[in-house]
Amino acid sequence: MAHIQIQQLRVSYGSLPVLNDINLEIPDRQIVAIIGPSGCGKTTLLKSMNRLLDLNEDVSVTGSILLDGVNIYDPAMDVTCLRKRVGFLPQRPYPLPMSIFENVAFGPRIHGLSVLSAGGGGKQAEKSLVEHYLRLAGLWDEVKDRLDEPAAKLSIGQQQRLALARVLSIEPEVILADEPTSALDPVSAKLVETQFKLLKENYTIILVTHILRQARRLADYIVFLYMGDLIEHKPAAVFFSAPDDEKTKAYISGEIS
Amino acid sequence: MMPSGNKQFIISRLSGGRRIREALALVSGRLVLILINALALLIFCGLLWKAAPLFGIISVSDWLFSSSWHPMKNQFGLFPFIVGTVSVTLLAMIIAVPVCLGAAIYLSEYAGRRFREIARWLIDILAGIPSVIYGLCGVLVIVPFVAFLGELMGSTTTGYSLLAGGLVLAVMVIPFIISISVEVLRMVPDPLRECALALGATRWETVKYVVLKKAKRGLLAAVVLGFARAFGETMAVLMVVGNVAQVPVSLFDPAYPLPALIANNYGEVMSIPLYDAALMSAALILMLVVGAFSLTAHYTLLKIGETVDS
Amino acid sequence: MNPKRNREEKLFRILMVAALVLVFASLAGIILVVAMKGLASLNLSMIIETPKGGYYLGKEGGIANAIVGSLYLVTGATILAFLISLPVALALQKEYIGRRAAAITRLVLDILWGTPSIVYGAFGFVIMVYLGIRASLLGGIIVLTLLMIPIMARAMDEAVRLVPFELKEMAYAMGATRVETTLAVVFRQALPGICTGVILAFGRGIGDAASILFTAGYTDEIPTSLMDPVASLPLAVFFQAGTPVPEVQARAFAAALILLAIVIIVNLIARLLGWRFSKHIVR
Repeated sequence: MAHIQIQQLRVSYGSLPVLNDINLEIPDRQIVAIIGPSGCGKTTLLKSMNRLLDLNEDVSVTGSILLDGVNIYDPAMDVTCLRKRVGFLPQRPYPLPMSIFENVAFGPRIHGLSVLSAGGGGKQAEKSLVEHYLRLAGLWDEVKDRLDEPAAKLSIGQQQRLALARVLSIEPEVILADEPTSALDPVSAKLVETQFKLLKENYTIILVTHILRQARRLADYIVFLYMGDLIEHKPAAVFFSAPDDEKTKAYISGEIS
Repeated sequence: MMPSGNKQFIISRLSGGRRIREALALVSGRLVLILINALALLIFCGLLWKAAPLFGIISVSDWLFSSSWHPMKNQFGLFPFIVGTVSVTLLAMIIAVPVCLGAAIYLSEYAGRRFREIARWLIDILAGIPSVIYGLCGVLVIVPFVAFLGELMGSTTTGYSLLAGGLVLAVMVIPFIISISVEVLRMVPDPLRECALALGATRWETVKYVVLKKAKRGLLAAVVLGFARAFGETMAVLMVVGNVAQVPVSLFDPAYPLPALIANNYGEVMSIPLYDAALMSAALILMLVVGAFSLTAHYTLLKIGETVDS
Repeated sequence: MNPKRNREEKLFRILMVAALVLVFASLAGIILVVAMKGLASLNLSMIIETPKGGYYLGKEGGIANAIVGSLYLVTGATILAFLISLPVALALQKEYIGRRAAAITRLVLDILWGTPSIVYGAFGFVIMVYLGIRASLLGGIIVLTLLMIPIMARAMDEAVRLVPFELKEMAYAMGATRVETTLAVVFRQALPGICTGVILAFGRGIGDAASILFTAGYTDEIPTSLMDPVASLPLAVFFQAGTPVPEVQARAFAAALILLAIVIIVNLIARLLGWRFSKHIVR
């Protein structure tokens, strides 16, 4: 199990600082919620953990994030390998422009996982792999008869679970989720949340959310950001019952949002 | 069923092939981009190189402003051809611009979505019609019409004239200018129109005081691009414009634009050494003028995205 | 409402409608003229026979040489231009190239796009003389390729740029490399636009006369090798419309009709294909 430790992380877009001096150790095999008012750098912090930030222009990152003791911002780091270990679930579930089956098979294909699993690969191995992950994401029963249809035809709730299956298919150790239910209807959101609770047995899940109630429902550990600063972080029970900082109290009570 | 084993191993074993593919793609990507830029440079330098010998014989002012075109005597004054090109192009623009603005404003501001889509599709078809077909229709319809008109006005003309060239060219650039203009006009945000309408302006007043103000740079760009297009157009004009190497003084006089000069004489120029260079210099003028105009349009007037909110 | 304002509104509206009517009337007029002249000249032997006794004066035969020639020319050029344009469009993505270099290349493409086809023709002729190639199918294909590259590359570039960044981000987030993302995601998402670009360039290429005037030549025969000169539809119109012989003029009209039909059909196909290939597209 990969262990994430963030040290003196600073991120800025051009001359605009977004995150100031973040020091944080992420507990393993828990659901960690990053909360805070919008624009406080939640998503930036999340995307810094698998270097998706690199895709933006003018972004500069200093400090380090250690994954099992290795700094992921080391120039020698294989980014594709990092992203395979630290998966990402987006806010809006953009399905890839291919069939449902291929969406799930894409990750294993590029990483060569389907060849190595089930001792030899081939079409059959890939099929069972796809089925496995679709089941894991709770989508299999709904799509098993139409795997060759374009993924774009799925409902948005199904698309998000497809995105989840896609993340799981690369066998990550950590899952980053960026407000994964914000685009979903309540029923689909519930389904995704249920999957998360099951998945934390095997994965560390880091979840950005702006819904306090969702954080209360799901999270074992809370990280509170405010205007780019890490205000406090502690186990959820303690965070909600005995917050230290005034800003935290104000946020929990709903005075600031 | 679960992929298992040492993940570190899996990746490091796979990285090799993926890395090679990645590197190959990066290198070939660079290469094609270099190729494209080199191609443009090569065309420019090629023309320059072939045109260069001309300037050992005649001065730049003779080249641009002398009217004596006598290849056998090594006199290569391009003035009549430059005047021919400029006047036929200007004439076309004078005819085309009001029509284009009217049609574009109607399509953007008055027409419904469905009608606009259909109209734009038809205009696309018009824009895609090959120039020889424009030329053919020019010969069959416009030229006799101009001859008839000339007779009415008391001038002797075959119909193959500046006016015929201008008319054909106008029809050719109209769809081109309209489609850019409609795009420019559609980029004006709707709330702006709502502001004017909410103040009690009529639709036309909204267009006049708000939409056109916002879109004027973009519309100017459309016109400039249309000009560039018309300037280099060859076959259709060639077929109807008469091709007599003189400075035209009336609309019913024949003219001889630069592209037509090249098209009519290239391929048989090998016998006179500098003829070749003179025609290349004409091509160079075309390329430079058209390049300058499209550059102006794209990078000062259109400035993709700035058109509207500047 | 103030009657003056009302009158102005009405006046301009009428003027605008008149302008639009004029535009559509020219389209209808062109189609009508070409169809009337062309249909009167078109028959089976026109399509399947080559001209007898010289294309400029010979009264017998048809325009099979031009039809086949044009298809050879444009098919060859389309394939070559595609092989260059697609990598160009894909390599212009910001993952592959700096913003500056991309801007410069787009500018160069814009200039090339605007360059008159007669300039391509002249340049192509210079190159051919330099290399010792005579006016031939090969020469025509090369020049048409040059002419089509900017048209295709720009259209494809537009399509590639329309691929939502979030979509690419998805693939990158799974650990895909740039190439894998480009091939699996960007290419498929942009496919309708890419096809439209190809077809657009095909349409422009098949109608262009000025660029192949000196580079492809003209002949009564159907070429049997890349080094043979080749006839083409636009030049069939151009050369044969100007003769005094009515039978030869008829060939020009037939060629014009076929050319026009091809261009319009190509335009239709572009629309249909764009729609057909959008199955997997994520909106």
